[in-house]
Amino acid sequence: MKKTGAEILWECVSREGVTHVFGYPGGAILPAYDALGRFPGIRHILVRHEQGATHMADGYARASGRVGVAVATSGPGATNMVTGIATAMLDSSPIVCITGQVGSRLIGSDAFQEVDITGITLPITKHNYLVTRADEVAGVVAEAFMIARSGRPGPVLIDITKDAQQSSCEFDWDAIAPPTHPARPDRHAAPLEYHRALELINSAQRPLVLAGHGILLSGSFAQFRELVEKSSIPVALTLLGIGALPASHPLNLGMMGMHGEAWVNTAIQEADLLIALGMRFDDRVTGNLKTYAPTAKKIHVEIDPAEVNKNVPVDVALIGDLRTVLQELLPGIALGDRAEWLAHIAELKGEVAVRDIQNLPDNGHLYAAHVISDLWRETQGAAIVVTDVGQHQMWEAQYYKHDEPHSLITSGGLGTMGFALPAAIGAKFARPDEEVWVVAGDGGFQMTMSELATVAQEGLELKVAIINNGYLGMVRQWQEFFYDRRYHATPLVNPDFEKLAQAYGLHAMTVNHRSEVIPAVQAARSHRGTAVINFCVEQEDSVFPMVPAGASLHEMIRRPTALVETATDV
Amino acid sequence: MLNTFVVYVENKPGVLNRVASLFRRRGFNIESLTVGHTEKSGISRMTIVTDTDAAGTYRVETNLYKLVNVISVENITATPSVCRELAMIKVAATGETRTQLMQLATVFRARVLDVATASLTIEITGTEDKIDGLLDVLRHYGIIEMVRTGRVAMARGGSGNGASVALPPPANLESDDGMVAFSV
Ligand SMILES: Cc1ncc(C[n+]2csc(CCOP(=O)(O)OP(=O)(O)O)c2C)c(N)n1
Ligand SMILES: [Mg+2]
Repeated sequence: MKKTGAEILWECVSREGVTHVFGYPGGAILPAYDALGRFPGIRHILVRHEQGATHMADGYARASGRVGVAVATSGPGATNMVTGIATAMLDSSPIVCITGQVGSRLIGSDAFQEVDITGITLPITKHNYLVTRADEVAGVVAEAFMIARSGRPGPVLIDITKDAQQSSCEFDWDAIAPPTHPARPDRHAAPLEYHRALELINSAQRPLVLAGHGILLSGSFAQFRELVEKSSIPVALTLLGIGALPASHPLNLGMMGMHGEAWVNTAIQEADLLIALGMRFDDRVTGNLKTYAPTAKKIHVEIDPAEVNKNVPVDVALIGDLRTVLQELLPGIALGDRAEWLAHIAELKGEVAVRDIQNLPDNGHLYAAHVISDLWRETQGAAIVVTDVGQHQMWEAQYYKHDEPHSLITSGGLGTMGFALPAAIGAKFARPDEEVWVVAGDGGFQMTMSELATVAQEGLELKVAIINNGYLGMVRQWQEFFYDRRYHATPLVNPDFEKLAQAYGLHAMTVNHRSEVIPAVQAARSHRGTAVINFCVEQEDSVFPMVPAGASLHEMIRRPTALVETATDV
Repeated sequence: MLNTFVVYVENKPGVLNRVASLFRRRGFNIESLTVGHTEKSGISRMTIVTDTDAAGTYRVETNLYKLVNVISVENITATPSVCRELAMIKVAATGETRTQLMQLATVFRARVLDVATASLTIEITGTEDKIDGLLDVLRHYGIIEMVRTGRVAMARGGSGNGASVALPPPANLESDDGMVAFSV
């Protein structure tokens, strides 16, 4: 049967299981938009900025494990996607971006709204395509989805010329050959390597598991949990690994790295074995590489061979899908109680582990940590929280105790401000029955707050907590610590967020005192529809502990006791 | 140290850009890169020379394999192999020096491609060392213009490409005929 390139596009996209696409129209993608109307199985969400569309697709992917799809026109529509694509690339999130392109005969002529988007996105996509003929569409779509979701996932961009969308060709789904993976050298570890890994694990006195995003991406929670429980090996999480093991699990020590728990970083520095699972030794978690975990042997389980020995030289590398590798390891893991090591870590925690910031007296100040902590309590830790980037992001990671995988969605690798609101929209579409909270700073929120209109237009129910400290807080903190408190370009004069949200027709509140936090959260939760809370918090609070960039992991700046005592700070 | 990679890629638009971009963004400097057709249609072969250590070669190889259009990567630095480069050198010539230059060309097994009143164009194929050697002696006469292809390389005998692509038939090592390569 003859179909246009545009029809083939949506036919193939819907056959990939896609039910939602986030996009913004324009001339070069108009034929595709016109055809989209004939595909009722695909819901199009009109965004307010193409960056929003990419973050929505990303949030959708992270919340659901399925591929998220974003659509934009050529030129400025396509370039607006760049930040979102890079965000997905750095965090291995499977998205497919579809952009319109000028007619194939105009390519290279600087035609109206022509940009070389495949050239621009070459280093920030797993792969990209320029499609100039209708008969290429089906094969490219199938391959794009396969590449996005397979191996180490990531973004793929398909740029389709206007004539490829408009022209027709024969289309027979059954005749399309399924895409094949390019052949790659087999790097799966030899049995000897497994043997060495097991020897190291079973004989280690002070082992630690470093749990990363790979556990969530591979869905290997059960195997992972069995491994650590069998061996009683404590677990430190990366930011994106949060949720890999319930926060309430006795072996879960918490987050590592620049703003990780002090005892976690200390334990890493004292360990005799690090078992890195689906994490990539990013500089935010290692600190100075020269002094990183000096006494530890290292085992690295990783799907991407290019990550092995990149930052930290390892003793054993087991390359492959985490679930398969863990399954292979499990039978050989010896039972252990590691009582001494666990007792030592408990000692490192000290009384901090049992202290609860909720019990600290109200000293008249509203701290972001209290807001997050109350939010956690009120939602029983069961919400999906989508954060922006900055201090509030770190406080969220420290004080919201995530027990479920895929319940924290945050931009880790790229640290993209403006991520939270659109990513939360995507997450809500992916998991409509879940309570989805946005936790954003007053700075980052303003980067993509225009998506409140998308929320309103789609009748979506989100809960939004703006942690309003009147500063680009994380940058202000660096200025405080390393630039003699010269607060250049970090104070913010903000709009009235309550009125702003109301202007979009959304329910909104402002909170200034600690006693108002819980009632506001309760009111937001019981409101049927989106509610925005403007939490006006302490302006010059800082995130502790902090490993300064380039310092050794154990060289943490600790909170000067005067301000407030919080669980992680002491 | 200099490492030589033989990389088979799909012959599609933009693939050279993908490979070159990868070297650039991962911080590897390309000493030379040649690309040309293989005996198989749709598949091109690149010879890439880059200066890096053992860890670097691993990173180059694993990152190249992340490119969807890359079919196979082989580091032949330590493999017994033959490496050749082609150079064309236009050198100043006078009535007196022309015979000397022609004799030099013979000694180096180079060929004279073009003779003009004030110059001589010499073609030489060989290892980089051999070409450098010829250049050293020609420099004295005055080099007007020069172009070098960069290295092309092939593993000797039956060793070499283990991936799905068949090796090209054994080439006549002494002849430069039939070489399809251009520098980038
Ligand atoms: C797009 C982008 N621009 C700049 C930065 C650098 N940056 C990191 S955190 C931060 C401040 C964030 O301020 P805010 O959103 O108010 O959050 P807070 O730190 O105050 O909680 C900035 C500017 C960034 N991460 N992303
Ligand atoms: Mg702020």
